[in-house]
Amino acid sequence: MRRLFLYLLIIILGGVCPTGCRRASDGEDAFLQIKGSDTIVNAGQMISEEFMKVNPYIFVAVTGGGSGVGIASLINGTCDVATSSREMKSKEIEIARKHGVEPREITVAFDGVAVIVNHNNPINQMTIDDLRRIFTGEVKNWKELGGKDMPIVTLSREVSSGTHIYFKEVVIREGKKDSTAEFSSETLLLTSSQTIVEEVVNNEAAIGYMGMGYVSDRTKTIKVGKNGQDVYPADIEHVQNKSYPLSRPLYFYTNGEPQGVLKQYIDFTLSSQGQKQFAESGFVPLEAERGQKN
Amino acid sequence: MAKKINERIIETAIRISGFAVIAFVFLIFLFLLKDSLSLFRIYPLKGFIAGIRWLPISEPPSFGIIPLFMGSILVTVGAIMLCVPIGVATALFIAEVAPKNLKMILKSLIEILASIPSVVLGFIGIVWLGPFLKNTFHLTTGMCGLTGVCLLAFMALPTIISISEDALISVPRMYKEAAYGLGATRWQALWRVVLPAASSGIIAAAMLGIGRVIGETMVVMMVTGNSPIIPHSILQPLRTLTATIAGEMGETVGGSDHYYALFAVGLVLFVITFMLNFVADISLRKNRK
Repeated sequence: MRRLFLYLLIIILGGVCPTGCRRASDGEDAFLQIKGSDTIVNAGQMISEEFMKVNPYIFVAVTGGGSGVGIASLINGTCDVATSSREMKSKEIEIARKHGVEPREITVAFDGVAVIVNHNNPINQMTIDDLRRIFTGEVKNWKELGGKDMPIVTLSREVSSGTHIYFKEVVIREGKKDSTAEFSSETLLLTSSQTIVEEVVNNEAAIGYMGMGYVSDRTKTIKVGKNGQDVYPADIEHVQNKSYPLSRPLYFYTNGEPQGVLKQYIDFTLSSQGQKQFAESGFVPLEAERGQKN
Repeated sequence: MAKKINERIIETAIRISGFAVIAFVFLIFLFLLKDSLSLFRIYPLKGFIAGIRWLPISEPPSFGIIPLFMGSILVTVGAIMLCVPIGVATALFIAEVAPKNLKMILKSLIEILASIPSVVLGFIGIVWLGPFLKNTFHLTTGMCGLTGVCLLAFMALPTIISISEDALISVPRMYKEAAYGLGATRWQALWRVVLPAASSGIIAAAMLGIGRVIGETMVVMMVTGNSPIIPHSILQPLRTLTATIAGEMGETVGGSDHYYALFAVGLVLFVITFMLNFVADISLRKNRK
């Protein structure tokens, strides 16, 4: 839904622009394509709108689809920035180099993967192991976790989602590289984070996960803890001090060192103005530690 | 003389466009074939056709098409069982029973029905139909095959109604008159004479309806839950061939095994719809004789 809305917006803006913007004698017309993570798509849109207010001759298009879509698009050379809620896999970097793309990783914000259930669900907290047992299908009824007697409906994103892959690596496979555990095949693979929220609102037995930016009062976010340790809520404080176990960085990937207009955009994202947008969308902005590795 | 040249030009243009269409279909087929055959250089054909697990991004991946194929078949069969009786009954009503004014209104309403975008239907499915079916049938989730079946049946209705109506109208009047002459009631004449006489057209309508349903993407991707399991009932979540391509195509890099696997899924879909259209065409032709 959200993605379609964005496409629509882009088409409308794209249609308006050629007639609306005139080239200024000193300004430089430019077009940036930002693609990837649905987790960051709203924050990215807000940053881009702010950026376009400051730089009216640079047009920035933001689309979602999933981190995998952004990364594939960067490799295929169809976007300038791939936004991602997971690290690029070594295999992807290898493929990128084969296509002549040198991925550069920039950490832009931090996020906690929130686990949500319906408000009528009595469960308030869980360990990583409980989550693993639920999402691999080992536990099939809420009764077994002390909840109501109803079958658990597990909700996930499609395989193109970075959050899907993050969750698989950290929860399903418990961070073990050699694990081959998979999501239970009964898991519903939904097309957007918003669809997960809708289903949890409508379904008492559902459990889903998504980036903090999609948390609202309409669903209950449960506290999560490492096995045998204290549980913490997915909020800014506990993601910042990393005590929330499903904390992760959010990335921008560019082809090589960003230059010109692209550098302007990245610098804006990392500036206090850009970081403010992340905070407003519910993410944890970068603090003093401004990461630019690789 | 000038007239003749004009005619020549027009004739050639028409002929070229006719051949172009054939060439396009053929080229699409070749394109699909080329990229899907590349899959079988890295992945066994048997594992694709008979595999029961679809795990495209695992290491190593498994591209078993059976769950997707079964998902597509199940929603299609369900949708057709729901919409063919309703569609044919509506067509009978429009062609034989309805007064002229009502007929006009119904026909234009059905055209409007055909023009509702599938995303809109999918949206209705998520926010209204899914929760409604969940509460009515006490399902674990509204994101299941049944929601998809209802919406797909709704989408196939216009096709089925208009083609069956054409078939019913083209039944010679003499048939009906002869039936009345033998003392048949209106119902008997419709049920025993007109309907069987139009049967091949109705089969063609059903076939084209199936083609419409099996190729539909947006609605099923939005409402059926997309779990790659082999569904045992229509009340379970399922994943179709089309939703798989649409959901995963964006994240594949050109030339990867996942990319080729999606082309192979596309080829399967193409072959299915091609055969359906072929059968529909044969029965339509039989109808005209």
